[in-house]
Amino acid sequence: MTVQSTGEAPSLSQSRRLFAVLSDHRVLVSLVALALLPWLLPSKALAVNVLIYGVVVMGYNLLFGYTGLLSFGHAAFFGTGAYLTGIAISRWGLPWFAAVPLAIVASTVLAALIGTISTRTRGIYFSMVTLALAQLVYYLALQASSFTGGENGLRGFTVDRINLLGWQVNFLDPVNKYYVLMAFAALALWVQSRILNSPFGAVIEAIRENEQRARACGYDVERCKLIVFMLSGAISAIGGSMSALHLSIVPLDSLHYQTSGMIVMMVLLGGARSFFGPFIGAATFLILEDVVSLWTPHWQIVVGAIFVVFVLFLPKGIWGTLLDLLPFARERR
Amino acid sequence: MSTALLQAEGIGRRFGGFTALEGISVSFAAGELTSIIGPNGAGKSTFFNILSGTLSPSLGTLRFKGRELNGLPQHRFVHQGISRSYQITNIFPDLSVHENVRVAAQAMHVSYDIWRRRADLVELSERADAALTAVGLIGKRGELAKFLAHGQQRALEIAIALVSEPELLLLDEPTAGMGPEETKDMVALLERLAEKRTVLLVEHKMKMVLGLSQRVLVLHHGRLLADGKPEDIRANAEVRRVYLGQSEGYG
Repeated sequence: MTVQSTGEAPSLSQSRRLFAVLSDHRVLVSLVALALLPWLLPSKALAVNVLIYGVVVMGYNLLFGYTGLLSFGHAAFFGTGAYLTGIAISRWGLPWFAAVPLAIVASTVLAALIGTISTRTRGIYFSMVTLALAQLVYYLALQASSFTGGENGLRGFTVDRINLLGWQVNFLDPVNKYYVLMAFAALALWVQSRILNSPFGAVIEAIRENEQRARACGYDVERCKLIVFMLSGAISAIGGSMSALHLSIVPLDSLHYQTSGMIVMMVLLGGARSFFGPFIGAATFLILEDVVSLWTPHWQIVVGAIFVVFVLFLPKGIWGTLLDLLPFARERR
Repeated sequence: MSTALLQAEGIGRRFGGFTALEGISVSFAAGELTSIIGPNGAGKSTFFNILSGTLSPSLGTLRFKGRELNGLPQHRFVHQGISRSYQITNIFPDLSVHENVRVAAQAMHVSYDIWRRRADLVELSERADAALTAVGLIGKRGELAKFLAHGQQRALEIAIALVSEPELLLLDEPTAGMGPEETKDMVALLERLAEKRTVLLVEHKMKMVLGLSQRVLVLHHGRLLADGKPEDIRANAEVRRVYLGQSEGYG
């Protein structure tokens, strides 16, 4: 037991070391925080939503925060993940553990298609192309109503119990549901962390910092953008699958551009380019929605105003700003 | 100084109706330090961008070690052994000095691996440190690149270009915006670099170019005006007229 009372420096370096250990185990630390979430928030339903959107936004953050590509069409991957999970269960009679991987693979293929077209453009054009192609997917789902349920959304499937290696879990119980879905979140967190620590993770950050220089260094920038687009879509689709299992319906809105916009807002609130920021952003947005909509139906005005304040004064979001304030955490994220 | 490392034949480049370069044929021997000079708008940057793959020529062919480079995308040039720096500092501002160079070294070996830990690629990290030592920046390795002084950022720029161990190093005005002290350090660095590899330089500062280079090319209005040893260039009446005369006392 060492108690530091002699000056700032030793205790600072000690906290720095502790912080370094914590960020080396960021997946584990994030999971502990998420495990506590249902007991910290006013309702289990809210906690499940934070978990789901946290995963979606985390996938988005790989593209936006780490690679610097502002997509306005991520609802396409969230929605496709949800729809295909539901369709595979209800129409094709697949068990959930087959439906989820299928939905993720299909969403990744969709991301490859949208990514191939959109990564040929830059800046605002990239955003507009992703928005347009995602809306195409939305209208496709609307028109193919015999398959997707059209305007009413996809209904007619429930996952009421889940078989975990012979152990039947009652999936209708909100606490069970939360912790089963947390296994998906754990998978997403682990994959995201591996990608960020990998050589490829270094390449996408270099592309964000200076695309021209990355190209001169010898990186095929266009191909790297396509790969990260697919990875990002795949992780967001995990959130989509979780949402389908949770709600037992897939609303058509999950493909709508408003959902894409919400994903962008969440990442900016929480902090782009931070590992846990997406969950903080999702929680902030959903709590605001819950609280403000109690006293006005026009809750979006209030949330929008808060969002503007964030963009203007806290560009690093809540989590990013918090980490900057901690002297021992600076320059590490 | 045996065979030509890089060979340009009849290189021309048009931008719309404007001809920036016309009929440039020149070859560069291995091991030489060559400078390209010329007044503003002479086509130096265009020529330089073509040699580094940033622009493709409208006319003519480019050969490196006998292999034709036409049509090769820019990111492949460094894999052939041609690496460049930029006139306007072009680094990764929000990455550490070490990571700036490490990620450049990584490009030669691994791009798409999403599963290994980059921290395990120890050799790349060591290579980056060696390049930082070569340009005198090893003491700053942990700092964010954006916090370096201008001259240090220029040196970092060169370390990024250097770490791929190019056979041909293309440097675009490495002393741009530098004061006399920083320029002196940079010249010393360039002399050291040129001992081991072929260097091609675009530069404005006449005295420095004439003192440093083994060969000087003068461009004027998109054409090759003169090509020779520094003392020949100094004595060339036409060069004096178009270039030296107007910038006498400069640099």
